[in-house]
Amino acid sequence: MRKHTSAIMFGLTVALLAAVLVAVSVGPVKISIPVILKMLLHKLSIYNNTAGWQTTQELIIFQVRLPRVLGGVLVGAALSTAGVLFQGLFRNPMADPYIIGTAAGAAFGATLAMLLPLSLVFYGFGLVPIAAFLGALGSVVTVYRLARFGGKAPIVSMLLAGFVMSSFLVAIVMLLLTMSDRLGLRIQQVFAFLMGGISVTYWQQIAVIAPLVLIGIIVTQFFAGHLNAFSIGEEGAAYLGIDVEREKMIILGIGSLLTACAVSLGGLIGFVGLIMPHAMRLILGPDHRLLLPASALAGASFLVIADLLARTLLSPAEIPVGVLTAIIGAPFFIYLLRRSRREYAF
Amino acid sequence: MLSELNNLLFQDASFSYANGFALHHINLFVPYGQMVGLLGSNGSGKTTLLRLATGVLTPAEGDVSVGGVSLKKLLRRAVAQRIAVVPQQFNIPFAYTVEEVVLLGRTPFVRGLAGESKRDRQMVSNALELTGMIGFRNRYFNDLSGGERQKAVLAMALAQEPTLLLLDEPTSHLDISHQVEILELLRKLNREKKVTVVAAMHDLNLAALYFERLVLLNHGLVFADGSPDEVITKEIIQQVFSATVEVTRHPKVPVPQIVLLLPDSKLNR
Repeated sequence: MRKHTSAIMFGLTVALLAAVLVAVSVGPVKISIPVILKMLLHKLSIYNNTAGWQTTQELIIFQVRLPRVLGGVLVGAALSTAGVLFQGLFRNPMADPYIIGTAAGAAFGATLAMLLPLSLVFYGFGLVPIAAFLGALGSVVTVYRLARFGGKAPIVSMLLAGFVMSSFLVAIVMLLLTMSDRLGLRIQQVFAFLMGGISVTYWQQIAVIAPLVLIGIIVTQFFAGHLNAFSIGEEGAAYLGIDVEREKMIILGIGSLLTACAVSLGGLIGFVGLIMPHAMRLILGPDHRLLLPASALAGASFLVIADLLARTLLSPAEIPVGVLTAIIGAPFFIYLLRRSRREYAF
Repeated sequence: MLSELNNLLFQDASFSYANGFALHHINLFVPYGQMVGLLGSNGSGKTTLLRLATGVLTPAEGDVSVGGVSLKKLLRRAVAQRIAVVPQQFNIPFAYTVEEVVLLGRTPFVRGLAGESKRDRQMVSNALELTGMIGFRNRYFNDLSGGERQKAVLAMALAQEPTLLLLDEPTSHLDISHQVEILELLRKLNREKKVTVVAAMHDLNLAALYFERLVLLNHGLVFADGSPDEVITKEIIQQVFSATVEVTRHPKVPVPQIVLLLPDSKLNR
């Protein structure tokens, strides 16, 4: 059993590394993987022969492609992990990272930021991603407080409050869009955010988001066993010794933080956070102790590949990655659903 | 010592929901190793009483304690190491195997990142063995029949190594053979493992057959409390359930059994 588990984790890790290398290698200027490996070794001062590549190639790799690909890794891992957390906690197959208002909050924040005649860069982040990050978290906190009554935040109340909050904020975004002429709002820019696309221009962005995402993913591992207990419902979880309200708040907090991180790097990329957890559950079963890390790795690989296709298929034009995740993800998921040996009993 | 440590005590415990339903001044002492059937019509307060005993509800007045410790003072984890619950509804929306479900019973004993220990595995095996579910360990829980599911849930509760087992209508929805199987299992646990059992029951005849003590609730009050002979009487049943019954003796076991009489109008058809 244990051997089986570590083999799967090893395989997923290798797949992720391979996806990253391929994604870094492919582009308008093709740079072979061996050359990239040599460049990396040189950067790490292990290998000191700089023959075999040009400075421009090194710039493309380190200043353009690698940050973007790593951005994809972080976004994919964060969204998949958040998806597992929310599906597990809500015991709901339709739950995704955006279910309790994060997406609408992010869209609202981002649109407001686009209206402001301000431009600032803070740790490599522009105003729009910062506003999206804050909008996502602000929305979840509001939803949680709305749903909380008498020391408890029942899941049904939270889902409903999340739905209402989302509808409200989306309506405001729509209102702003209809007034775009008068407000000087660029519809294209809003649209690009809503479709999602990895945008990493500075290493600083990775430096800020990577620790948050990594810590978030590591902390979820401590709650993996308890998420299994949540599978039998909140009351059942309480009978198994879980301080339900406290842990629910922590799990929601981590899931929302991960989602906000993803949104700040990639806008609203759909489907990854819904489908990757399901796909891993079909292959590996529902045990969250395995499901969480496996989904993080698989989600990261999936998004790196989707982003690679997004920027190369119609090059030099770029397809919104959120469109591609659904276009590749849906058939892949249907295939898994049809051949899975685990009956999908939701 | 044991009898001091492991018991369930309601001291003048009252509780009311926002909708007005309430339990009033419940006084109940369940000593270590007893097997108690909780009776009462729908809405009489059986489930509420069980929830108070699990600590997920806290009495507004009075106190509920287990093993001499007030449940208010215990962390959920500590409660779950003593008390296991078989709820009325148990559904799991993912494809867990029976063994994985039973392993959930070890949740209060597993800490942080540490996976399950050898002892955890052993307790899971024992619980599967005891409930006769060992052959089903790799089956999906959701593929099981109602009776098998109930045994798997019971195995999960046993994996918690409880001293007190609370069950909310463990035999409803089951056919006669599974009802008997579950109750035989409870009796075996009670006698061999010295687990204190408190179960809400609807079937008065089964309750009289299997439980040494019956507690009858009516409108949030303890209406009768005693041996089956003391609780299952014609007068009490008619008063609490508004049903016309005749109380007879079981042909083989010295306990009362009821026979339902139809209301007069229907007798004449």
